[in-house]
Amino acid sequence: MTTLRRTLLADRIATAILWAIAIFVVAILLAIIAHFLLAAVGTLGPAFLFGDPSESSVGGIGPVLWNSVYMLVLTLLITVPLGTLGGIYMAEYAGEGQITNIIRFCQELISSVPSIVVGLFGLALFVNATHWSYTALGGALALTVFNLPLMSRLAEQAIRAVPDDERSGSLALGSTKWQTIVHVVLPIAIPGLVTAVILTAGRIFGEAAALLFTAGVSTPTHYDFGNLNLTDPRSPWSPFHTATTLSVYIWKINSEGLGDFVRQLADASAAVLVLLVLVFNLGARALGRLLQRRVTGA
Amino acid sequence: MANLPLAVTSSALRPPRGLAARLDVPRRVTLIAAGLVVLLVGLLLAFIGWNGIQIFTATGASLTDVFAPIWSPSSTPARFGILPFVFGTLGVMVVAALIAAPLSIGLAIFMAEVAPPWARSITRPAMEVFVGIPSVVYGFLGLTILVPFLRDNFRGIGFTLGFSWFAGSLVLALMILPTIASIAYDTLITIPADLRSGSLALGTTRWQTIRHILLPAAKTGLLTAVILGMMRAAGEALAVQMVIGNRPTIPTSLTAPMTTLTSQITLDMGNTVSGEPWNQVLWTMGLVLLLMSFTFVVIVRALGRRASQP
Repeated sequence: MTTLRRTLLADRIATAILWAIAIFVVAILLAIIAHFLLAAVGTLGPAFLFGDPSESSVGGIGPVLWNSVYMLVLTLLITVPLGTLGGIYMAEYAGEGQITNIIRFCQELISSVPSIVVGLFGLALFVNATHWSYTALGGALALTVFNLPLMSRLAEQAIRAVPDDERSGSLALGSTKWQTIVHVVLPIAIPGLVTAVILTAGRIFGEAAALLFTAGVSTPTHYDFGNLNLTDPRSPWSPFHTATTLSVYIWKINSEGLGDFVRQLADASAAVLVLLVLVFNLGARALGRLLQRRVTGA
Repeated sequence: MANLPLAVTSSALRPPRGLAARLDVPRRVTLIAAGLVVLLVGLLLAFIGWNGIQIFTATGASLTDVFAPIWSPSSTPARFGILPFVFGTLGVMVVAALIAAPLSIGLAIFMAEVAPPWARSITRPAMEVFVGIPSVVYGFLGLTILVPFLRDNFRGIGFTLGFSWFAGSLVLALMILPTIASIAYDTLITIPADLRSGSLALGTTRWQTIRHILLPAAKTGLLTAVILGMMRAAGEALAVQMVIGNRPTIPTSLTAPMTTLTSQITLDMGNTVSGEPWNQVLWTMGLVLLLMSFTFVVIVRALGRRASQP
């Protein structure tokens, strides 16, 4: 009887501990989000989001926010087509074989590389070897290095999830494999592909270490958006402008720590970053579900 | 009947010249896109490797000069021992895993076995949001909340600065917790339901089933989850650099400041000139990190093969 009682007691205690762990972890997450919302509530506004940085007051984060968006778009322009094509190969053409194994192994290797090492690689290749100095393009290429395998794997999963009946139906009508992929498989895979793009985007937005030595860390003072000369490194539209992003900026102001307003600036900047990443994540789920309903007609 | 022009029919059905090659174009183009990643691995090894061995080939340092415990790059003669950084990287990685592994595996068990549907519908999205929080944000939280907290409340037990091995480990533990939990959860839900019902049918409690049936069955997968978490911890740069104190000596206690490979690269890369030994040794540290992460991948693969064997 005592053994039974002890067994039942152990079960109760274990259940309680597991509940406690779950509540603790969710509470931490909620505390983090609440912390940033509260810390930013006085500062966050159009003047902060779109204004220029200042040496003597909180100022704004307009240029670094611009750089984050610019870098995101540039990286996605390179990563999404290449990653989707790679995913198509892995899902539709690759069989079991030596080539498939090597590609998969290399995808895992690249995913494991610390982002600071990717930054060093970018410094050697896209800054020094090309003589570009610190540029948005160099940063975007460095980001491509470790987001390409991610995008490729997510695209592969999205394409694999398309039922084989769809393929057989199309092939039975006499279309080629490529026609089947383009006109039947990809449209059905779109919800999964969109989710893949947004998840990749969230990671690109938050990345900092790989950009320190590739896109630069200098604080931009003011951007002249009227300058549309794409080869002029001073133009914010040029892929060759030095592009300190929001994530890098947060690290930089914290490591320099000048003035009383820095804490306020750092809090609000981090809040913007967390909220944007949150929007990316929740947006990915919502959009994925919405498109799913559209495509399947359910 | 006997004169059916068989030969003519089959040659008319033969595809036009070059069609097979044209139909093969998409396969080749997508293969190139997929194969880019192989090129990237090659380029990474070449560029980091080449720069990483310059301290030996161009400057003439020996392995014992570099893998030495003293780092004092601006003294004469300068000493470039990177062991404090290697120790730091391994140190924060192990302590972070010790903190995060029980919590995250507990959370995974909760999500897979204990949680009622409403609780699962909260914890799963929460995990996904958690994974997405950028590491620089964890560093910022550590710097502005954890470090002052340790300094103000635990000065008595050695946290004179707050910046410490422990602070770095705790920040990393928080960062890798959702990573380990998600992968561990994926492992647990792939265990066949028969194992569960078989055990419960024998009259065991849920905890007995978890402890004696599920955890042994998921052992390899859980180990893989923890190793992937450790891999992320070892490679993290900015979050650690902000809270660890950046003191290039091997620490004597968890409360002391120290530094890691990634932190030192972050701090020194911008202040050194390409070609000087100080700069060269930073690349060697990058190479050490690269080889370390490749080793992790090989271990994870070996574990995966063991798990898939009956």
